[in-house]
Amino acid sequence: MTLRFVLLGALLVLAVMPALNRLPADSALHVSDFLISITGKWITYAILALAIDLAWGYAGILSLGHGAFFTLGGYAIGMHLMRLIGTRGVYGHPTLPDFMVFLGYKELPWYWLGFDSFPYALFMAMAVPGLLALVVGYLAFRSRITGVYLSIITQAMTYALMLAFFRNDMGFGGNNGFTDFKELLGMSLNTANARAVLFYASLVLLVVAFFLCTRVAQSKLGRVLVAIRDAESRVRFLGYDVTQHKLFVFVLSAVLAGLAGALYVPQVGIINPGEFSPGNSIEAVIWVAVGGRGTLVGAVLGAFSVNALKTWLTTVAPDLWLFALGGLFVAVTLFLPRGLIGLFSKAKS
Amino acid sequence: MTALILRIALLLLLALPARAQDAFIAALPGLAGGFSDIAASVDRLGALGDPRALPLLRALQEGKLQKTPDGRLLLPEGAGTADAVTGQPADVAGAEAVRLNNRVRQALRGALGRLQLVSPDPAQRGAAAEAIFRGRSAEDVPLLQAAIAREQIPAVRAKMELALAAAQLVAPDEAAKRDAIARLGAAGSVEARALLIEARTANPSLAAAIDVSIATIEKQLQIRRMAETLFQGLSLGSVLLLAALGLAVTFGVMGVINMAHGEFVMLGAYATFVVQELCRGTSWLVPWALPLAVPAAFLVTAAAGALLERGLIRHLYGRPLETLLMTFGVGMILQQAVRVAFGAQNREVLSPSWMQGTLTLPGGVAVTQNRLWIIFFGLAVLAMVFAAIRLTRFGLEMRAVVQNRRIAATMGIRTGRVDAMTFAFGSGLAGLAGVALSQIDNVSPNLGTGYIIDSFMVVVFGGVGSLAGTLVGALTLGVVNKMLEPWAGAVLAKVFVLVAIMLFIQRRPKGIFALKGRAAES
Repeated sequence: MTLRFVLLGALLVLAVMPALNRLPADSALHVSDFLISITGKWITYAILALAIDLAWGYAGILSLGHGAFFTLGGYAIGMHLMRLIGTRGVYGHPTLPDFMVFLGYKELPWYWLGFDSFPYALFMAMAVPGLLALVVGYLAFRSRITGVYLSIITQAMTYALMLAFFRNDMGFGGNNGFTDFKELLGMSLNTANARAVLFYASLVLLVVAFFLCTRVAQSKLGRVLVAIRDAESRVRFLGYDVTQHKLFVFVLSAVLAGLAGALYVPQVGIINPGEFSPGNSIEAVIWVAVGGRGTLVGAVLGAFSVNALKTWLTTVAPDLWLFALGGLFVAVTLFLPRGLIGLFSKAKS
Repeated sequence: MTALILRIALLLLLALPARAQDAFIAALPGLAGGFSDIAASVDRLGALGDPRALPLLRALQEGKLQKTPDGRLLLPEGAGTADAVTGQPADVAGAEAVRLNNRVRQALRGALGRLQLVSPDPAQRGAAAEAIFRGRSAEDVPLLQAAIAREQIPAVRAKMELALAAAQLVAPDEAAKRDAIARLGAAGSVEARALLIEARTANPSLAAAIDVSIATIEKQLQIRRMAETLFQGLSLGSVLLLAALGLAVTFGVMGVINMAHGEFVMLGAYATFVVQELCRGTSWLVPWALPLAVPAAFLVTAAAGALLERGLIRHLYGRPLETLLMTFGVGMILQQAVRVAFGAQNREVLSPSWMQGTLTLPGGVAVTQNRLWIIFFGLAVLAMVFAAIRLTRFGLEMRAVVQNRRIAATMGIRTGRVDAMTFAFGSGLAGLAGVALSQIDNVSPNLGTGYIIDSFMVVVFGGVGSLAGTLVGALTLGVVNKMLEPWAGAVLAKVFVLVAIMLFIQRRPKGIFALKGRAAES
């Protein structure tokens, strides 16, 4: 009961933040632009954490490749943003983004067609990660690759994608990626207005995703998933199609991650292949572990608290952050297997 | 009668060097004359190929050759000077330096280039052959033929042969040209091919023969390229083998997933660096730094491994996903600790002299020595691991604990101690990989991250828990990677290999050398 109140309170605080941003700068309740943009970023991280928790916490699929789904979604929306720059680029080419002019492209590659339309880009931000998850998941679950093997495979997947996207001739801007975005849906990105819109969009998606995930977790499907997590073979012998169940949750989770990435990129204003790095994916997993896996609330809590810690520590003592993050990995797995939520419920009982 | 013939023959033989000497001395007076006389004389001396002409012409080039008013030539000899003809010490009084103009200098360059063919220094002879190859002319043919007949060192002779063929191609003799074309074809080098392509337009009548030779060369070059690709592949494979062997023990045998394995490799490389720095003070130790680093790196990483297993990992046995996350965090801490202690920049680990340079195998295949050593080192470590697991008491206990922990415990085996030792052993192997990698890669805090995913791929691909699988997996991945590289590029080749492994696991989820079992879950 108390937890629900805390959550509602937190949500309310988040909801009024952009409004408080409009207050005059000398007001005691004023929220800075920096705080708005960084909180907006954390909200997208929280959606990513939800997606990971759904797959890992319920179905036992520890994917170390969710950063790849997130980044692919980001790239899809990044392509749209690049197309919208139009003649405002350095080279002023009407259709080709700057890096393509620079690399000597004569026309848009076929896979760039259609990205001038926002609905198409948004669709691709979900479809590409979803399709990748479908293919990888199908291949992996069908051959009953589970546990750490699946983790390694998904890590190899994001690693391969990182290597591929670093190449200039992939047509995705090489190691510079995309940046210097101008506008989205007619609003100039560098305004308080755009920040507020993106902030609310992220918040709405977080709430929707949370309820969607809760629905899935509490449904019969969710119970089968938990059963698969705890005794996969037994569920298979009982006649359930384990592959299909796992595939469903894996693809759903990838689509969510892709959407989170699509909201992340316009807020941070840059996307590059470094986001594919395996370290990012595993860092996202630790948010879930810190918050408490298999609880959904924990995932959101973990994403916010770990990233808050990161922001604070990297400004106060940059050298210490990696020690702290590493220590977090060790401490959580050894001493807090149920995460912060576990502490909470222990205190209650 | 016979005696007479022998006597005449003997006389003739004795006369030969005398005549050569005469020609050398006969060419000298021109050097005391006008510029055109000097140039002509230099040309003659160059064509003679007499070793005594070399110091003389060098002195001339450096402006140290002097002439007396009565036409004698004086060479600097030690502190004083000597007569160029007799070699006797001579007085410099009244002598002046022989002056040069551009024509003489040009003649000198050509003559010195030719004369170096008779130099006692093989490197100079080789350089002379290369110089003649570049500025070939028909006049060089007899000179080169004489030099080839004398030459003892195969590498220098090969250069001379190439220069000879080049000179013969511009000489008027048609038969010699055909011969040269055939020999160039057999030589099978890139230079020979360029030479033939150049000669093709100048000699339309020989085009057919030249084409045959070019085709022969291309075939040879292709075989050589394949051999070199194979070597590079084996080299990469041996690196992967070293990095994966430790995983084959900790992950394959024990079933403990250690994401900090790459950082242990990195620790091994830094241990090598530290040993090198410690040896720097004592000069006789310097060449032994690398051999000394092998046990040092093993001990350091084995100790780190034992500490990690006893301190942290054993609390998470049976929870592989948590182990994965925890060890990843440990890796992060290790990386950052090394970054703070040694700095983020690359550290340089030198190769000892016996590991430097390239080795040319028969057939012209060039291999770098340090990579060759790493291949042998990898195989040696594999043999050691095999022996340790199969032949020692420790290996026996290790296999017993893996097969059935409880029964092993009832037999009196201290399973906890065996776990720690096994993990320490696997970690020590990572340290050995670090020693090898320090020779070919940058020693930096994130050295390990580049290898960890590949190493896991090797273990999964080869078959978890199988040393033979690790060997075959590592070498296959290495060779396939290098074979794909020429037409896909290094990065895409890696992507292809990763995708191929993912597809391969579809067919054989347990790798090439799967351990057979009937359990539904294993």
